Amino acid sequence: MNLDSLYQEIILDHYKNPHHRGLREPYEAQVHHVNPTCGDEITLRVHLEDGVVSDVSYDALGCSISQASASVMTDLVIGKPIHEAVVRHEQFLALMQGKGQVDPDEDILEDGVAFAGVAKFPARIKCALLGWMAWKDATAQAVLRGSNTDDTTVTDQTVTDPIVDGVKEDA
Amino acid sequence: MSALAYDVDTIRKDFPIFLRRMSGDHQLAYLDSANTSQKPQQVVDAISSHYLEHNANVARAMHQLGAEASQAYEDARDTVATFIAAPSREEVVFTRNATEALNLVATVLGRAGHWRDGEHGVGPGDEILISEMEHHSNIVPWQLLCERTGATLRWFGLTDEGRLDLDDVDSLITERTKVVALTWVSNMLGTINPVADLARRAHEVGALMVVDASQAVPQLPVDVAALGADFVAFTGHKMVGPTGIGVLWGRYELLAELPPFLGGGEMIETVTMERSTYAAPPSRFEAGTPPIAQAVGLAAAADYLSGIGMAAVAAHEQRITAYALDQLGGVDGLRVVGPTESVDRGGAISFELAGIHPHDVAQVLDSRGVAVRAGHHCAKPAHQRFGVQSTTRASFYLYTTEQEVDALVEALDQARHYFKVV
Repeated sequence: MNLDSLYQEIILDHYKNPHHRGLREPYEAQVHHVNPTCGDEITLRVHLEDGVVSDVSYDALGCSISQASASVMTDLVIGKPIHEAVVRHEQFLALMQGKGQVDPDEDILEDGVAFAGVAKFPARIKCALLGWMAWKDATAQAVLRGSNTDDTTVTDQTVTDPIVDGVKEDA
Repeated sequence: MSALAYDVDTIRKDFPIFLRRMSGDHQLAYLDSANTSQKPQQVVDAISSHYLEHNANVARAMHQLGAEASQAYEDARDTVATFIAAPSREEVVFTRNATEALNLVATVLGRAGHWRDGEHGVGPGDEILISEMEHHSNIVPWQLLCERTGATLRWFGLTDEGRLDLDDVDSLITERTKVVALTWVSNMLGTINPVADLARRAHEVGALMVVDASQAVPQLPVDVAALGADFVAFTGHKMVGPTGIGVLWGRYELLAELPPFLGGGEMIETVTMERSTYAAPPSRFEAGTPPIAQAVGLAAAADYLSGIGMAAVAAHEQRITAYALDQLGGVDGLRVVGPTESVDRGGAISFELAGIHPHDVAQVLDSRGVAVRAGHHCAKPAHQRFGVQSTTRASFYLYTTEQEVDALVEALDQARHYFKVV
């Protein structure tokens, strides 16, 4: 296996200088996710504002792949409408589960395309997904919480669908 | 066998996997034997000939093949009993693995209070004593037992060197102690614990001594009677045997007093629609079709190790561990978590490499054909004790060579260059 196909320069850069690191206020949901096989962990907070992912802050311990992936993830979702962020999550997931056969869309995944090589290292896919899964979980909780406190909201189902199933239409 | 007569090259010829070329045409340096050992041709042949020539279910098939399979299964029990110097073959219970063996003990002790005179039952007010260096399989079953029974879990702490902190032994082993369950050889730190001494202490207060010997039976000569424990658990796959079989050795009079673990075929004496009576040990604890071919493989593994001699295996383990500790000591930024001298120490070395996460270390090593384990090695509390989230672990066995250790050291240097921490 060619190490360089796994450890792209972009990944090592994000690992050395992670973006948006640290836990910040305000936030509507905080989750703690662990990769039980290796012990990598992340505590992640999501702040949503008017349907936009206003902030994602996190504190994480783990390998270069999991740390860099969390950093890239924050770049990709912060400032984006929830449904757009969900599409990015979905595309990243498809890339990771694609066994190296998926051609990533650089317009959507930006630095995330650097993780294409990870798909060929089955043991590392979970590392790359740790931060994304935490974000998805926290966002779903934040959306749910928002809908429960807001009288005008749609049902839980329609709100959580875009998160859980990645429905692409506007919620 | 003298130390000089130990010929690792000859031993390696029995393990076809060492002929493999790994990705990038690197020679395999398999340094993950504490995880699972490689298998010699003799073990694979024994399993294969069992399936191809003698396969049948045991103890219930009234035909020639059934008799052969039953004989092979019970012969395997004899072989394992001899290998660990068990006073009786009836004390050897075959399980799925060491985890199941430990769960078996914890489960039946939890039920024993409602069984016959209830002598060994664990209940509220009782204490179970373990240690911070246990594998999760010797922590969680006892936590579950405590949750079920209201007993209290206590544990030995560890010294900075990675040994059991015995300063508190008098306040930990008391009249309230019902069970002391300790690992003989730590899978993470490599520490060899004074289990025979602690078994004596346990017995002084009437407690039972349970030993997790998963890392010990593969690399040390074992005499369960001399050890003085009440139960000893180990697994086949770490001692050049197959996966899918473990062993619980227990003192017969104790096994005879304990209730069943799983219910099913073969563990009964008689069954009516209202109730059942149970078979004597070991059958009482072996419900259902057992791991027959695996038992045959395990016996072949025990024979293989006996042929070399466990004293010689242990001496090699100590030599190669001392060599590795010495060589790793020369790697910049490397910190061994666990004893740094090969005294009372098994062949597993966990370490940190400054500035590089263990996964990334292991990935670079793997790209050079060097197979190690990275993570918490199912010993999260021990990692926490030393303030580390995870480590890289190299572990050795009877086939490990100095060249493989050299390949490890060289690959570690490459990892440092790759991640620019030089």
